Amino acid sequence: MTSPLEQKKIRITGPSMVTANRTWDGVVIYRTARQGWSADLADAAIVRTSDEARALLTESIADDVGAVGAYIAPVEIKDSGKIKPGNLREHIRFQGVTIDLPVPA
Amino acid sequence: MYAYDELDRTLINERVSEFRDQVKRRLSGELTEDEFKMLRLQNGVYLQLHAYMFRVAIPYGTLSSKQLRRLAHVARRYDRGYGHFTTRQNIQFNWIKLAELPDALADLADVGIHAMQTSGNNTRNVTSDQWAGVAPGEIEDPRIWSELLRQYTTLHPEFSFLPRKFKFAITASAHDRAAIKVHDIGLRLHRNAAGETGFEVLVGGGLGRTPFIGKTIKPFVHGHDLLSYVESILRVYNQYGRRDNIYKARIKILVHELGIEKFAQEVEEEWLQMRDSALAIDDSVIEDLRSRFSYPAYEKLPHMPEELKKAAHDPHFEAWRKNSVFPHKVPGYAIVTLSLKPVGGPPGDATADQMDAIADLADKYSFGEIRVGHEQNLALPHVARRDLPVLWKALDKIGVATPNVNLVSDIIACPGLDYCSLANARSIPIAQELTRRFANHETANLIGRLHINISGCINACGHHHVGHIGILGVEKNGEEFYQITIGGRADEKAEVGTLIGPAVPYGEVADVVEDIVEAYLALRARPDELFIDTVKRLGVEPFRERVYATR
Repeated sequence: MTSPLEQKKIRITGPSMVTANRTWDGVVIYRTARQGWSADLADAAIVRTSDEARALLTESIADDVGAVGAYIAPVEIKDSGKIKPGNLREHIRFQGVTIDLPVPA
Repeated sequence: MYAYDELDRTLINERVSEFRDQVKRRLSGELTEDEFKMLRLQNGVYLQLHAYMFRVAIPYGTLSSKQLRRLAHVARRYDRGYGHFTTRQNIQFNWIKLAELPDALADLADVGIHAMQTSGNNTRNVTSDQWAGVAPGEIEDPRIWSELLRQYTTLHPEFSFLPRKFKFAITASAHDRAAIKVHDIGLRLHRNAAGETGFEVLVGGGLGRTPFIGKTIKPFVHGHDLLSYVESILRVYNQYGRRDNIYKARIKILVHELGIEKFAQEVEEEWLQMRDSALAIDDSVIEDLRSRFSYPAYEKLPHMPEELKKAAHDPHFEAWRKNSVFPHKVPGYAIVTLSLKPVGGPPGDATADQMDAIADLADKYSFGEIRVGHEQNLALPHVARRDLPVLWKALDKIGVATPNVNLVSDIIACPGLDYCSLANARSIPIAQELTRRFANHETANLIGRLHINISGCINACGHHHVGHIGILGVEKNGEEFYQITIGGRADEKAEVGTLIGPAVPYGEVADVVEDIVEAYLALRARPDELFIDTVKRLGVEPFRERVYATR
């Protein structure tokens, strides 16, 4: 779960997506194939090569108004085609904190 | 309490207006994130995993009931109904929207609260002893000097773009509750042989990736010379501190690389040039600051009132009193620590409802004043001992009377991977599990004073290096592992803990801590030998053997 915020070299080893936080409220968002953002991981554009990842990240970073802190993160594609976060950090961003909040939502 | 003057109020209000304009320009696209980032950080706004995080300054850990109510309001109106008190006496809100932040800042500004000095490479919020002004035996109230430094350093152009962040802590008591030895500059008020009051100045302490205990650079600096001396330190740091490598940019690295003697010599040369400048502080300045701190009109009260004698028959009350009530400098009064470490709860969190209730209780029983300690608990600093029984019932009702202060379940923990974008591993669930394991108060009392500190990464916001037992989250092949150290401490005998062996996986941390505690109980020379003293006497080896013999 090394922080991905300082991604310099882009080399992916499996299916990946680009994620960020929405600028106005900080909500976790995912880059879609239609060059937009979605709060639903199911809508994320999936890339499988480093060149694709680099292109998706470049395009995402260009949207400086809509999103902040874009980076590439791994995903897991289930047999059903469902997209799951590829590491604990992204799992927590997707599902929320792993503890009960002091005040239930 | 310190009463802000017109200058303070104007500064805070202008800051809100500036930030409102900056946010507006960011949301419109006029400012890029690269341009905006430094501006938001200078107002305590970080980007975390799920949302923006807003860190609000609580200078030297002192709050009025009105201010605490306003923090509750911010938690309720702009966040998710709670806040997290930090190891630097600040409070953080984890779910705030950028678009609403200017309104939140404006609401806080109404009661004299702001977010300056909570982020960025500048001088940070000056911390102090949470018992300042009320601790028996204290030389004088260190908050007067904290406030002097706060005023002097706030927005100081020379200290706003330092090589890295810079933290002060001040104490005026023999027992250090402010962890001054692990700060960039630590100040200890004391009297010299001539009976004059001044400061022992320590420099180069810090935790993080490379922990160091601060070294004494000057045993005695008169109060008149405090600003010129610390400015000399900052100027040497500003000149020689490394800006090319973030991991080597803190003053502790400079002090270590130059050596304290050479560093002190550089500071001395700088100081000679400015000692008698405008930075020499006149008595009237200090008196003016002192006059703006108001102190309660204490009554003459008995030490052992009837109410207390009667309540002593209740074992639950007595358990709490013995654990959470501390001597006060004024007879008939006490300092009461409010544990924000309930069994199974996130350390340091308080809900808006709890904050409101505590503010009401502060008005009723503590002259409207609340303190925040770096151990992530709160305190009511001026409680009449006759009121302790009724106060205890009220605190218990809102869940802040767990009698575990300074015991094994009084755990310091950073937000960890549940919230923080820098973290490698979770801290809070580890703390929660440990509080459940050690929930039995009799067992906890049998163990005695034992500080467990947990950090989710090497940045050490959970002060793991100086925990009696320190737990550091690391990542190994995508899994959470934890390194365990023992023998650290943050008080006047501060030491960095020693690693006991290879990191253990998430699911084994609580078992390992239990093993360490069991080893201690078997090894201690007598029942009152504290864990930290047993480790000092025996070293880590017996604990290492116990933990790794079967792993």
